[in-house]
Amino acid sequence: MKHARIAWSGAVQQAVEFEGQLRITQGPHKGHLVSLDDVVWLPPLPPVPQARTVIALGLNYADHAKELEFKAPVEPLAFMKGETAFIGHKALTKRPADVKYMHYECELAVVIGRTARHVKKADAYDYVGGYTVANDYAIRDYLENWYRPNLRVKNRDTCTPIGPWLVDAADVTHPMALKLQTTVNGKVTQSGSTANMIFDVPTLIEYFSSFMTLQPGDVILTGTPDGIVDCQPGDVIVTEIEGLGALTNTITLATQRP
Amino acid sequence: MQLIRTLQHPWQPQGTVYGNLLNFQREWDLWAPRMQDAPHKAPPQQPVLYVKSANTFNPAGHDLVLQDGVTEVDVGASLGLVMGDDGQVQGGALLLDWSVPHESYFRPPIKFRCRDGYLGLPQALTPFQSDWDKLEIEVLLNNAVVQRVALSTLKRSIAQLLADVGEFMALQAGDVLMVGTDCLQTGLRPSARAGDTVQIRAAGLESVVQKVTTVSTA
Repeated sequence: MKHARIAWSGAVQQAVEFEGQLRITQGPHKGHLVSLDDVVWLPPLPPVPQARTVIALGLNYADHAKELEFKAPVEPLAFMKGETAFIGHKALTKRPADVKYMHYECELAVVIGRTARHVKKADAYDYVGGYTVANDYAIRDYLENWYRPNLRVKNRDTCTPIGPWLVDAADVTHPMALKLQTTVNGKVTQSGSTANMIFDVPTLIEYFSSFMTLQPGDVILTGTPDGIVDCQPGDVIVTEIEGLGALTNTITLATQRP
Repeated sequence: MQLIRTLQHPWQPQGTVYGNLLNFQREWDLWAPRMQDAPHKAPPQQPVLYVKSANTFNPAGHDLVLQDGVTEVDVGASLGLVMGDDGQVQGGALLLDWSVPHESYFRPPIKFRCRDGYLGLPQALTPFQSDWDKLEIEVLLNNAVVQRVALSTLKRSIAQLLADVGEFMALQAGDVLMVGTDCLQTGLRPSARAGDTVQIRAAGLESVVQKVTTVSTA
């Protein structure tokens, strides 16, 4: 099943994909069908009682690590984000006026399904609730070599689109063999496969749960392959993962506010 | 308008908690001669931030339980600024920002700072006071004062820190921004082991007291 969180008819609704439309699954509109184009798409993540833990990986594809002139890491290079960096499908992402290099990163997002602590690699898939697509934008102009990548590069408002769907883990048979692709204004600029991750999903769950507790709804963004290019205001960026969906985002120029 | 619910006792953050590295003049000055060296190559121009994830939240009255081979932890005494719904600081809390000692500030510190229970919390929040830039926090190890942290020596003042962070992320109601933690004159932080009790206190704020224990092997 593909789950969505949407704003429609004046309220936040839960829905599932049904024959090319959205079928609302809760509340007074339960069962109602809505067109995909008639809703506001929100991040497809269930509400959580405390701050959602969002872990993101750097340099987790061999080809990307090479592109960035780093040796492949010996342990996961991970950083964290605040949940407020997330925005939904078909939203606007702001590019500051003064930057030279802002790039997308198409990433498989793993959503934890049950409390995970000291999980062994062999059992790790039991702890995955579902998968979605994330676009973990970075602005390289702001990179500094202190707790790198620093939050000004990676935790900017509007700079982590996620969605459109949360796909049940049971429906993703081979999560480590999914094609990823990004297009900019319809032209393919990035393509890869989750098969090329340096640290695969079970390894990541084992690693993080070896020293911290992951809760249902927590998210791991698993890194991006080769093929990143600069994105300019007006560009339409579509990050897509086989079987999960296509996440559309449009870049807009950040204007100075009074 | 008061939107942050403070009915929950003991208090726990409602939003994301951000920590702040190298924001005390003492530690900055100790690092300054090396800031141009590889891999840093330049002093940080912007606040060096990190996230304290929800698994670190350790409510008042609970121990810090050392696990997974950790035998010693650094004590970070900080003031957390708790945001209201209007982008202003609504309240504050002393926070015990525990970490596994780490010498390198190059890569993000998840495995050093985001272990279970590594953010000791007070019983309750305190409404914002405009004189917190002059606050002094005392750190006690087994009832002896081992450090005095003067917020008058912040590299970025509270107002400057809020402005610089707000430039790229809007702190939401319930989010917490810590002003940083200071080191001792040696460049190290006070450290604690199983059996120790650490308290941080400051005038007008709720203290944080935590005993450090370890997982029973029985």
